[in-house]
Parts: sequence; C-alpha cells; structure tokens
Amino acid sequence: MTVNLTPKELERELRERSPASERLIRSLYNCDRRHFLKVSAKFAAMAAAAGVIQPHGFQLVEVARAATTPGAAPDVAFRFAYVSDSHLYARGMTHRFAKAAAKAVADVNALDPQPDFVLFGGDLAQLGRPDELDLGRQILKDVKAPIKMMVGEHDWYFDMGEKWKEFFGPDRYSFDHKGIHFVTLNSVVEKDFWTAKGYTPEQRMAIVAGLDDGRQSRFEVGEEQRDWLAKDLAKVPKTTPIVVFSHSPLYHYYEPWNFWTVDAAEVQALLFPFKSATVIHGHTHQQLTNRIKNIDFHGMLSTAWPWPYAPTGLPKLTIQMDRPNPFDQFDGCGDGTVDVLAGGTVDKHYDLWDRSPYTVTHADLVAGRTGGGPSY
Amino acid sequence: MNPFRKLGPIVAAALGAAAVFAGARPAAAASPDGFATRTVWACDHRKQVVVEGFAPGQKLPPAKAQQVADVLQDLMRFCNEEVVAHISTDERVQLSVNGLPFVDYVPGGPLPAQLVVGKSEVTERDKAIWKAELDKLVKEGDRLFHSDELGTNGIACAMCHPNAANTHPETYPKFQIEMKQVALLRDMVNWCIQNPLEGQKLADDDARLKALEAYILSSRKGVAMDAGKH
Repeated sequence: MTVNLTPKELERELRERSPASERLIRSLYNCDRRHFLKVSAKFAAMAAAAGVIQPHGFQLVEVARAATTPGAAPDVAFRFAYVSDSHLYARGMTHRFAKAAAKAVADVNALDPQPDFVLFGGDLAQLGRPDELDLGRQILKDVKAPIKMMVGEHDWYFDMGEKWKEFFGPDRYSFDHKGIHFVTLNSVVEKDFWTAKGYTPEQRMAIVAGLDDGRQSRFEVGEEQRDWLAKDLAKVPKTTPIVVFSHSPLYHYYEPWNFWTVDAAEVQALLFPFKSATVIHGHTHQQLTNRIKNIDFHGMLSTAWPWPYAPTGLPKLTIQMDRPNPFDQFDGCGDGTVDVLAGGTVDKHYDLWDRSPYTVTHADLVAGRTGGGPSY
Repeated sequence: MNPFRKLGPIVAAALGAAAVFAGARPAAAASPDGFATRTVWACDHRKQVVVEGFAPGQKLPPAKAQQVADVLQDLMRFCNEEVVAHISTDERVQLSVNGLPFVDYVPGGPLPAQLVVGKSEVTERDKAIWKAELDKLVKEGDRLFHSDELGTNGIACAMCHPNAANTHPETYPKFQIEMKQVALLRDMVNWCIQNPLEGQKLADDDARLKALEAYILSSRKGVAMDAGKH
C-alpha cells in the first residue's frame, strides 16, 4: 500500500491520533517495510531538524503495532520484549554474532514506550565458555529495561551452569508482574551421556552444541524441577494467567534436533488447570506457533542465524517464515515483543530484521487460523 | 606342461610386455624362448591374442583365425581391462588381466576366480570395500561440515544446516542471482566458507571440497526435490 501523505500531514495525524490516524497507522503497518522505514526515517529526520518533535518520540513502528487487529486496537495491558539465541563467541565485538546481539539490544532500547522488561531467551554463549558468557553479560548490560535471563544448553554444558548462575542467578524462578504469574524454567536438562564415555567438559559441550549430534540425550525439565513447578503453581489461583519461559519448546516437534522436551506432557498437565497459559520458548530460531488445549506456544527469533523447519512435526498453526536468503546475514534473524493483553493472553510480535514484522495473535490461535501467508 | 606356468609370473609378465611391443611393432616381434608369435589386437586396443607358432604378419588358417576371433569376442566381458590371451601350440589358452599372472581359461566358460573384475562377478567383499571407501569420504565430509576448521570465526556449516538441511543440492546448477553466474553446489559451498565462515575458498580439486559434496549429496539422497523449501 502506498502512503500518500507529506511528512507534515503525517506529523499532524500522529499528534492528533484521530480515527483517521488509526487507519493511517494501520496502513503503514501493512505497507512494505523498506518503504515504511524510508518514509519514517525521512520524516523523523525532518521533524527533528525542525524541532517539531523529539527524535526519540518518533516510533511509528511501535505506534502502528497497537493497531494490528483490523477494526479494533487490542487491549494491551503491558509489553515485554525479547532477545534470544545469540550464540556468542569470545572473539570481540567485531564478530558477526556479537554485532547482531548488540543490534538487538539497540532495538529493544529504541522501543518507546520502553517494555516492562526484556527476556533473554537462552543460548547467550556458543560453547558455554566463561569469556563468552562474560561478553554476553557486557552486551546485555546496555539494555535499559530490567532483564530476565533464561538459560540455554549452549550456556550450560561446559561447566554445568556454574558460570551462568554466578553471572545471572538461578536458572529457574518465578515472579509476578501486573497480575500475571511468570515462570522461567531450565528445560535443557539432559541425562548424563558423558560420564560413561569419558567425555571432557569441552567434548560434552561440543556434542550438545551440535543440533544434529545424536550422541547427546534429549531435553527435559526433569522430575525434580517439575515438583518445584507444581509447588510454585499450587500457590497461584487458577484464574491467574500463567506465562512460562522455556528454552526448548514445551511440546514434541522434532526429536533428532531436540526441538523437543521429553516430559513436555507432564509440564503441560500442570498448566492445563489454569484459565490462561502461554509458553514463550527459544532454541528453534524460527517463527513457530502451537496451541495445545489452553496453552499458546510461541517461538523466538535468534539474533545469530535462522534454522530451517524440521522435516516433520511442524505444528499446523505455524505460519512459516520464508526461507531466509543466505546472502543476507540478518535475514530470518531478529528479536521481538510480546503484548500481554488485558485477559492475560498474549499477542506475539516477530521483528524480523530484513522482512516485514509479523504478529501472531491469541485470537488467531483460538480461531485456529493457519492462513495469513508468508512473513514478508 | 605349460612353460609359462613353470616359469611363473615374471616370465608371464615379460611375455605380456613383449606381446604389447609386438603389437606396436609387429615386424620385430618374437617370444623370448624363440617361438614365433603372431599378435592380433581387438578394436578397443586393450585386448590382444598372442598366437604361438605363427610369425608376425603371417596369415592364419581359417580355423585358427576363428579361434582368435572367438577369444577376442569373449574377452569383451572384461570391458575396460587390459587383457593378453595366449594360445600355445598345444591349443592351451591362458589369460593375463592388467599384468597379473597368466591363468588357464576356456573361451566362453566361467571366468577364473583370479580374473574376476568389474561388474561381471561382484562379491560381498567387493561391496564391503566399495562401501568402506564411500563411507570414509562421507564421514570426512560430515566431520568438516560440523567443524570450525574451514573458517576463521568459529562458525561451522552445520550450524545453519543441521543434517545438511536447506542445502538443496538437487537444485544445482542454477543461475545464482547474487553471484551473477551459474553456480554448482561447490560454488555455494565456497561462498559459505568465504562469507559466514570467513575462511579461504577451497580449490576445485581440493579433497575437502569433494568430501563436503559427498556428505551433502549423500545426506540429501532420496529427499524429494522441493526447490525453495526446506
């Protein structure tokens, strides 16, 4: 769609926020992203130069987001942002993965209004090295909003989480925020495959780091942690919406790549009694959507690289992102935000860096909508 | 008793060499023990029949000529091998394949076990050897595909392509828009080595490139062609 407005008209529309401006904003949201950015950047520069508005106050992308459901803006209670799967090597800030992670931090810092918090979705490091985790810590220090850390298998299997816990605290915890009960799990527990084989910590980590390396075990939450979760949830009224952060998808997608949690069914069973439950997970590096009974599942994008969809097991509610262009480092990568709606359900935004942003709403999942087309 | 059997492989090989020589320069040919020999070559220039008791260039009687023709025809079973057949004056026929020792042979009959080559008689042992060789190359490709040694920044092929997913070898050759030329799978492999991995391009005859191709092709063998999809 073409936007036939001069920058001055745009500015007036935005200030007044009339129903017409809502329509305009929606049209902007639907227009080609490159065109949109071109228009908005141009306008922001002009407006700033004229002293009309603060450059920082110009966040068309965010304003436009508030109106993704045609006809009615969703009732957003609050928003949090996410950055995930950065897979950092300790090779300085010039390494492409470090630059990508810093880009994501800049993205979430540019959100206006700022998100209530930023979730880091796990796999901060590539090989679990202390210097990799430390580089990640330095990069994430720049995040302005409060940060919630989740652990991934790449952070864990060099020293079994020792350094990660020293830097970032417990690997499982819960907290309450604006009426929602949040739980962060360590869902990358693997049964010991290394002792009998005599693998060194480096070998153990390298094996787990290989997505298609069948020598490792499968991910699980584990009995001990499920007991902890059951006790934690026992204190929460069933009417309180639950949002769970889990590095691995908490269902069975594709076992050979650990797109999988062995005891997913047991964890789901703990969430079924609640009126509303949502799982936000990392690990899969792709747009990924599922719904099982009352539980919505949303994947997160990686900042480092996208993964192909697995040969089998893809949940049918997933709107696949298009095959990324290998000639473009940032294609298929990105970060995003999560709008927590008034009822505690969520709308999930994928901010793909070189494609148009894509939103999967709770209403889509309830309606079982599988259409909507590709992400660009 | 056949003289070649008594004298063993050395003499037999020498005879083979002499026969080749005779084929190239028939006028000067003679067997080392003084017998005159007449050499007849098959049209593929790989099979030859050395006929004892006839001088180079000497016309063979019809029965002998037919025997030579029958032997040459039968030797076509050996396809691309170098074969020397020797017909002695006592009508014994022996064969040497690729310079190996001469062994007795009946034209049209089953091949002597020592001569089994090519596709005519494949044994389980042959198959085991060939599979081991193939597996060795694929395994080396698998190792390289999952290793950071091709690049300089820690990144490995398999990080984006688990189980060689999303490599689409079946779609090459194709005009690769970003390269502005027709690309083979190996060109894309090299592109990935040079860009995401920030490594050095492999030469076309580099054994590592062959191994990577072997791994990718074998991993994707039988996957339905679905260009543009994962």
